[in-house]
Parts: sequence; C-alpha cells; structure tokens
Amino acid sequence: MADSKNPKRTRLFHRQSVWTRVTHWIWTVTLFFMVTSGLQIFNAHPILYLGRQSGFGDKQYLGPQAGYGNKQFNNTVFDVHAERHDGRIVGVTSFLGHEFDTTGLLGKSGSKDQPIYQAFPEWATIPSSYDLATGRVIHFFFAWILVLTWCVWFVASLINGHFWRDIIPRPRDLRHLPRDVINHLRLKFPHGRSYNALQKLSYAAILILVIPGMIFTGLTMSPGVDSAWPWLLDLFGGRQTARLLHFCGMVVIVLFFAVHIIMVIAAGPINELRSMITGWYRGDDLEEAGEGG
Amino acid sequence: MSSNIMCSRRRFLGQLGAGGSLVTLGGCSAFDGMLGTDDPVLNFMRKANVLTREAQRAIEGPAPMAREYPASAIREGQRPNGSTNPQTGDYLAIQKDDFAGYRLQVTGLVDKPLSLSLDELRAMPSRTQITRHDCVEGWSCIAQWTGVQLSRVLDQAGIKPAAHYVVFRCFDSMDDTLSERTLYYESIDLISARHPQTILAYGLNGQTLPTANGAPLRVRVEQQLGYKMAKYIRAIEIVDSFAKIAGGNGGYWEDRGYDWYAGS
Repeated sequence: MADSKNPKRTRLFHRQSVWTRVTHWIWTVTLFFMVTSGLQIFNAHPILYLGRQSGFGDKQYLGPQAGYGNKQFNNTVFDVHAERHDGRIVGVTSFLGHEFDTTGLLGKSGSKDQPIYQAFPEWATIPSSYDLATGRVIHFFFAWILVLTWCVWFVASLINGHFWRDIIPRPRDLRHLPRDVINHLRLKFPHGRSYNALQKLSYAAILILVIPGMIFTGLTMSPGVDSAWPWLLDLFGGRQTARLLHFCGMVVIVLFFAVHIIMVIAAGPINELRSMITGWYRGDDLEEAGEGG
Repeated sequence: MSSNIMCSRRRFLGQLGAGGSLVTLGGCSAFDGMLGTDDPVLNFMRKANVLTREAQRAIEGPAPMAREYPASAIREGQRPNGSTNPQTGDYLAIQKDDFAGYRLQVTGLVDKPLSLSLDELRAMPSRTQITRHDCVEGWSCIAQWTGVQLSRVLDQAGIKPAAHYVVFRCFDSMDDTLSERTLYYESIDLISARHPQTILAYGLNGQTLPTANGAPLRVRVEQQLGYKMAKYIRAIEIVDSFAKIAGGNGGYWEDRGYDWYAGS
C-alpha cells in the first residue's frame, strides 16, 4: 500500500520473464484440474493411513479371510464417511479418532431433496459425480503437464537468473524476515523489483519442496514406479504414508492459492496481474533493486 | 463442540465453497459436458496412459522386482474386492466338488493348447511371494501369494511369434447379465506376463486360495493395480489384439473407462 503522506517515486520494471509468466498460467490451469480430479480420486476411498498398507480394523468387509485369524489393525489417520446418527444421515470427518460433523461439506452434501453421499462435494470434483476412471485420466494427463512445466520452469529459471535472484532466500533476506513479517501484518507491502523474504520463502517452499514432493509422493503410489525405484517407499515411509503426504501437499497448495489470491488483491491486483501477463510491474523507484525485499 | 461453533463454521465453509465455485466457473459440473465416455477431449487425455507406460518401462529396465515384504508385514487378511462369491452356473458346478473338475484352458496363438488341472499346476515349480496389493481405489494390503509363474505355462504351450497379449477369461460376472461382454476379463502384454513375479496363484497366506480372493486360480501382476489381477480364471487366451474382445479395450474395467496400463 502506497503511503499517501509520503508519495514515493514509482516506475515500471520488467519484472517477470516470459518463462515465469507462461509457466505460471500453465500451473494455474494444471493445479486446478489436478486438485479437482485428485479429490475425485480421493472420494473412491476417502480414508488415509499411516504406513505401507491399509489397516481396515474390524469394520471393513465381509467374507472368509485366508490366514486372517483374528489379526486386524487400524492405522487410519483421516476418514470421511456418512453415518446414521439419531435417525438421520450425517457427514462425518474423523481425524486421529476425533469425529466432526461436516454435513453439507464432507461426507454428505447436496440439497435436502438430493443429498450426495461422497467425501468431497460435487462442486469440488471433476467430473462432478463419482467417476474414478475419468478422474484418473484427467489427473495423470495434467500430472505430465505439471512435470514438464516444472522442468521447463526450473531450467529457464536457472538460465535467466530467476531461481537464485527471486526464489532462493539469501542471508540478507532472512535478516529482513522479522521486518517483513511486521510489514505484512500491517498490510504494508514492499513494491520492489525483486521479491521480499516472505515471498521468496513461500515460492521456494511451493516450487522446490511441495510441487516436487507432490510429484514424488504421487509416483510412490504407482506400483510400477515402486518396482523401478523402491527407494521411494523408504523415503516416504510406505505407499499409504505417501498417499497421506500427497493429500497434505494438496491442502498446502490450496492454502497457498488462497493466501496468494489475498496477497494479490491486497498488494494491488491490477499491477500484479499486469506483471504476470505482460511482465511490467510498477514498483518503488529505489536505487537498489533488491531493497524492495 | 457447541452448535454455535458448528453453525458459524458451516456458514464460513459455505462461503468458502461459494467463493470456490466462483473461481471454478460455477462449479466443477461445468466440465462434465466434455468428459463423456467417447468425448474427443477425454480420449485425447487418455493418450497420456501410453506415455506413462513407456516412461515406466524405460525406468524399470528388464525385470524390476516389486518389493517383497517379510512375513511380519502380513497384519490382516487380504481384503477381497469386486466379485467375492460368483454365482454363474459354470462356477458353481466346479466349486461343488472342490474344483476337482477344474481345467485351465490355454488357447489362442499357441503351438500346443493346454488343459491343466489344479494338481498339474501345483506340480509345476512354485513361487511364493509376500507383496503389496494396490487397489485402484487407493488402499493397499500385504499378503503372501503362492502359484506357478505364468511364463512357465506360456513356455509349455509355446507362444507363436504373432502373439502380443495374454487375455484372462473369468468365471465371474460383475453384474447379473451373463453375456460374454460382462464376464470379467483382463489382458496384459507379454512383458508383464513373462515377469518372474507374475504368477497364477492358488495359495494365499499359506492356505488354499479362498473363494472371496479368486479360487481356484487368480493372476498376480505385481507391477500393476488390482483390477489387472483377474480372479476365478477359466481360460488363458493368447492373442495379437484385444480389439474384438468384449468392448475392445482389453478388460472389464477398461471397457468402463479405466486405463489399460495400470502401473500408475
């Protein structure tokens, strides 16, 4: 927010390279379809476990169990379902054994006349109604786009300097971090040419940790990839833990998206959108470009 | 938890949902129109499955082994899925005398068609492996499987050079109609079929394979998902193409939109 009492000189910077801009918008579309088709896939078995396999406990299935005896175990971490409660069906979400009534959003959604019994509601999934096959086709198609886009972004950012200049925080950025946090809390956003410390940290976290983490936890769920790269199973602590982490990564990405949109609106949506479409950004005319961070 | 909190949370989440809907062009049903069974957009996206298969085969090398677990990893029974108690006449007939009259037919592009009893299959060298079963729905279950390597059966029959796929014909029907189109079937290519861990299993967790898990014979394809691992196998057919079988997509679930290559 510009300080009206003390107007600063501003000028246009060419802030975003074409590589940053194009990959940004491809990611926007890709992550939209990946999250919505991913929730569709989750709905097929809306239970997350910790470990290499799924412990079904005592409630899961019927039929004779070879070598089963009385052995059973439960390693459920997160579970969404619908159940009958006091004569009506409610949506229930349980996390580490704590149950929450999430009727209307998780477990049971839709209207009173047409209730939908699926974990995530129809507005959050593609296709809207339950269709695991199509959800998987969409998810894997965009997974390829995500991987290829990340590779293009990474190579281009290394070559054009974006990676070390704007993504990886430097010691100076970290020293400025407390001031940066205070500025953000006061809704005062620096408008320099380069990113500030919080921006760098969040972009680095998403682009270097979360996105590759999503790719590799996703690959760990593939029995074919597990055969080729069994170290993935050790890295993530088993296929079901990888699935759990994949879900957590999705939550982080959705939260990042929400904060990202809020920050764009707070920092001046026209200027921010222009810089991400044309590359040109109006910022403070400071001698040292990095001072904005 | 007080109902007040629930109410305000619900309202908040509702608003969040409304905001989300705006972002998603009024809800995800907006895209349903281009995701019908034979829609060109969906069919284009399906091509990524070929890329997935080729990429996995490239990183896998000649015979990547699925992880085999210690006995301590078996912590519950193998969860059955799909058909668990076939009611087709043919199946009930052989089930009645404990599969004594069962014969696995091996036909198609082979030098010598086979008709093998369970005893003959059990007399062949066996392989026992403790592996993780991954269902397309998302769950996993570790169990011990015993059977004969499919490659041994294929070698005994002799595969003709034109052969490309192994088709498993099953006794079970996933719905009540008993037409050829709806009897369960699956197909794998010869790379998967000849994999050392690909076995025709007749034993589970040290016991005879139970009905719920596919008695008398089911296939294990450890590099792929559960729906490839046909249960209640009646016959093995070696073919050059599955285009003319049932819906033409190579399997019961493939005819219902699932990818043929299920390594992912």
